Amino acid sequence: MSLLVASNLSLAFGGVHAVEDVSFAVETGEIFSIIGPNGAGKTTLFNLISRIYDVDSGRIEFDGRDISRVPTHQIAELGIARTFQNTELFEQETVLRNLLIGQHVHRRTSLIEELLFLPRVRRQELDFRKDVEDVIDLLDLQHYRHQVIANLPYGVRKMVEVARALCMRPRLLLLDEPSSGLNPEETDDLAFQIEDINEELGITIIMVEHDMNLVSMTSNRVMALADGRLLAVGDPKAVQSHPDVLKAYLGD
Amino acid sequence: MEILQLLISGISQGCVYGLIALGFVLIYKATEMVNFAQGDLMMMGAFFAYTYANVLEFPFVIAVLATIATMALIGVITERLLLRPMIGEPHFSVLMLTIGLGFILRAIAGASWGNEPRSLNTPYAGGVIDLNGVILGYENLVIMIGTALLCALLYCFFRFTRLGIAMQAASQNQLAAFYVGIPVKRIYAIVWGISASISAVAGILVAPVSLIDPQMGFIGIKAFAAAIVGGFGSLPGAILGGLLIGVVEQFAGLYLPTGFSDVSAYIILLIMLLIRPQGIFATMQQKKV
Repeated sequence: MSLLVASNLSLAFGGVHAVEDVSFAVETGEIFSIIGPNGAGKTTLFNLISRIYDVDSGRIEFDGRDISRVPTHQIAELGIARTFQNTELFEQETVLRNLLIGQHVHRRTSLIEELLFLPRVRRQELDFRKDVEDVIDLLDLQHYRHQVIANLPYGVRKMVEVARALCMRPRLLLLDEPSSGLNPEETDDLAFQIEDINEELGITIIMVEHDMNLVSMTSNRVMALADGRLLAVGDPKAVQSHPDVLKAYLGD
Repeated sequence: MEILQLLISGISQGCVYGLIALGFVLIYKATEMVNFAQGDLMMMGAFFAYTYANVLEFPFVIAVLATIATMALIGVITERLLLRPMIGEPHFSVLMLTIGLGFILRAIAGASWGNEPRSLNTPYAGGVIDLNGVILGYENLVIMIGTALLCALLYCFFRFTRLGIAMQAASQNQLAAFYVGIPVKRIYAIVWGISASISAVAGILVAPVSLIDPQMGFIGIKAFAAAIVGGFGSLPGAILGGLLIGVVEQFAGLYLPTGFSDVSAYIILLIMLLIRPQGIFATMQQKKV
């Protein structure tokens, strides 16, 4: 069954057609990569799905529900989490606190209960902390638990952002260039972690990525874009050798 | 003895500056807007308290709660109607807007309640405690206790509640806050509501010692100085800056020539900006581009 269905999405900034009539469907449980040269509209597509931008036309359905007019902050509650190309973290807080706020939408206690710190609040805090520890173990962040984000190296920050997204317990995870800024060793680790997230946690993943090696290793299917248009969708090898895709990357 | 007496009145005056400064800092931290009508919100709070307690003769506690609720509502409405359309506009425009809002509030107050000073009926007016010659008026005692309680409540709110933590998150990184599911715009409205309520409390606390009139909000400018001295962006700094200015004012009033008391807040501000421009508690991060 398709978890996410995008039909005829278009978005223009002035005269620039960032995304033009793009349709695709992402199946539940798969790892779906979006590739394309710079300016192809990959990140724009992410920003449409995660509701930073409004579509000019077209429709985005998540789990059978039209989300193309849902307010931005409700995306998390629906079960879509994302990371950003250059990370958007709470810089002055520790890793732990960044991960704990990932569970914001799952907090079920009221203001009064929280101010009085009733047993229910305490139980909830313990549950959250336990979930956070599971994610920390999965992504090997044990050493950084109490460190402030601003002091961490870039590669670790990127993993913290993935971790925060996992703490939101999403059904769909959007990764925007997860390997950018990582060294080859970190990228290899990332490939395994992406597979773990997909297999162990059963989270469907859509990934924008430039590293073809990482794409081929992890993805079930790949979609290639250029100049806002869809060039090809299919298994990684077929898409990479598709004549239109080669033309887009290498020119005529 | 004299020093202790000055210290007490300085602290109680400083608490009021501190509370208004707290209002400035809360709004600034969350929305990066400076609300120059903060003092006038305090004045509105005092007038509403006057209406509820003196005119409608509500029991005092009910009048206080009604005032806080009224001002919270006014804060939320102000954000929704005036400030939200300004998101993304230059800071200068927002600044002018809030200064204009101050004028409007003073005009409304003058038209509705008149310009002559009024006093608020309180159950604790006039009482004093004599501590071996140091006189502590009930009004001053209530100011100090009220401020301390409010600070404790705010501390717990920001430390433990979902909403308080969401506010901290929204003030640190809006985009990230959106994507963990925090309704950032609604948070801004609530921040204005809280900020206006704190001003209302300041207004109620100061009313018995300073009388209520449409011009009383001008002490907001001293509170603004207090917020900067404390390190604009720091909540404890706002209170501490307020206390510092309140105390120095009292001492300047007695030991320095006439007139120094009123300008001492600004002298402290200038000194602070020269020697430690980031304020007592430096929380302002350098913005990365």
